[in-house]
Amino acid sequence: MEILIYGIINSIALVLMSLGFALVYGISRVPNFAHGALYVITAFITWSLLNTLGLNYFLSIVLSLIAIGVIGALIYQFVLIRVRGMAISEIIASYAIGLAILEGLRWGGFKGLSYRLPVFIEGSVNIGDVPVDYHRLLTVVVGIALVAFIWGFTHYTKLGLALRGIAQDERAAMMLGIDSDRMALVAMAGGAMLAGLGAILLLPLGNIVVESGYNVLTMAIAVCIIGGLGSWMGAVLAAFIIGFAQILSVVYLGSHYQMVVALLAIILTLILKPSGLFGRQKELEERV
Amino acid sequence: MEQRRRERIDRGVKVRSDGLYALMSWRELSYLTVPRLVLIVGMLILPFIMPGMYWQRVISIVCIYALLALSFDFLAHYVGLVSLGGAFFIGTGGYLTAIFNTSFGFPPYLSIPIATILGGIICTLLLLPCLPLRGVYFAIVTLMYPLVLARIIEAMDILGGTDGIMGIDDFPNRWVEQYLVIAVVLLILFGLRRLVNLDLGLVFRGVKDNDQAVRASGMSITNYKALAVFIASAMGCLGGACLVHIYMWTGLSLFALDFSILPIAATVIGGAGTLVGPVLGCLILVPVSELLREFGTLRIVFYSIILVGFIVFRSEGIMVYGQRKYHQFERWTKV
Repeated sequence: MEILIYGIINSIALVLMSLGFALVYGISRVPNFAHGALYVITAFITWSLLNTLGLNYFLSIVLSLIAIGVIGALIYQFVLIRVRGMAISEIIASYAIGLAILEGLRWGGFKGLSYRLPVFIEGSVNIGDVPVDYHRLLTVVVGIALVAFIWGFTHYTKLGLALRGIAQDERAAMMLGIDSDRMALVAMAGGAMLAGLGAILLLPLGNIVVESGYNVLTMAIAVCIIGGLGSWMGAVLAAFIIGFAQILSVVYLGSHYQMVVALLAIILTLILKPSGLFGRQKELEERV
Repeated sequence: MEQRRRERIDRGVKVRSDGLYALMSWRELSYLTVPRLVLIVGMLILPFIMPGMYWQRVISIVCIYALLALSFDFLAHYVGLVSLGGAFFIGTGGYLTAIFNTSFGFPPYLSIPIATILGGIICTLLLLPCLPLRGVYFAIVTLMYPLVLARIIEAMDILGGTDGIMGIDDFPNRWVEQYLVIAVVLLILFGLRRLVNLDLGLVFRGVKDNDQAVRASGMSITNYKALAVFIASAMGCLGGACLVHIYMWTGLSLFALDFSILPIAATVIGGAGTLVGPVLGCLILVPVSELLREFGTLRIVFYSIILVGFIVFRSEGIMVYGQRKYHQFERWTKV
């Protein structure tokens, strides 16, 4: 029972961490290695708005989500747009930006254990005989709602359909008058906001530390690769697979193995089936 | 409105010195040899002009990064395998030499070559399943290897766990240490330049440009890729082994992302695909990052920004730019 509940919670947390990465890669084919940095910086912006400016919690969350969306759009507009299509340059450029943000935060004094966001709702409830606090339940609810929202958004709105068009066949979409760069910009901003939302939901459960940026990036890559780069539903399913695998390894092997499981899963998936469990990449593009 | 364009023309001296005519006059001879001699002599006198022990140590570190950058450049631009796993090579070589040195009591001049060859073999065997992968997939899988090895060592508490292995022999004195790494870098640099112009190098470039054509010619791509990975990883392992003997310590920090990122940055800045460029990039980047050490992690911010700037605005790198200026002149002509 404990494994089941915490497995679900952990899986939803992984979904929240990786949805932004999956969205950006799925639409613009840009592996956004600055994902972890965007995740952490949102939490710091929220913290600063909340504690330095003394704004109300909800308002500071909304403001920081807008800010992170603008930051994501700026990164795309001024840097990534120039290297689009060159896979390695994309990785290096976005990773360097992420590194600059994270190490800049560390230099700016954001380190140690003194940075915490308050939880939304205090208290806990017993499900069966397992105590679960309300915040974790809220995370699960928001995570499920978010996945449903994204599904609806991409299937029933004009913008969402345009995004999917670019993801499926960029040239055909351009012939239909969809501006590919604009859509990629929107995707990047949206991906950044999703990363930020994940941070705001997940980080009240612990401290805000710079290192979590690197871990989030690794987990996001793990989830997206196992699910198949570019496949969102694959990413959600993969999050559940890794989520439960991690909880099982923590229970039966020890907490050190949590990361090992994720990393080994990436390596095995890439070796055995590089397009992931649900990816639809062409065979020839990925391996000889 | 009169339109003009810029045209580039090879310098006469370049054309003359391309063939046997290079031996005709001192001018042509020096046109060819001076740049190479500047690099070789410059590297050799570096330990003398460095003030103090600290900066001499920096020279050794530069050379180790240069080895990694060379291996990255060779793999990425001559074989078409973009490996982000510099730390994987460094870590394998470092741990192997540490084991041979402390457990079996081999002196450095034995343990380093053994770690190089054995490390190359181990890295190649571990990477063998990923060799069919292309582009981003190979890059990500190699990025994951050092992380997973570090976590496994940490989780299983083997090979000294988080403390690492201490009490490794150092080199007899610092001159041996510096000239060893400098000589290794120069030898490998010129050796690789020779290698990529051999028939073997031609096949490597064929694998990069059109692997199906290589396969259609009846050659196994996997064999050639494995050979290239062996060469590159042995270079990385050599660097790691030297590093461990310099610091007399090995630990999880050998798997740090620094060893994967800085060589790539150096390659981008120095000029990709030139082999000299990465060495030059390391000669610039590592001392700069040492100078900025007092700013703490701000130096990482600095060099990330430099990296982004180079990749976005001048992706050819210093060396390609320099070569063009050296070999060609430009002028404006009417269209």
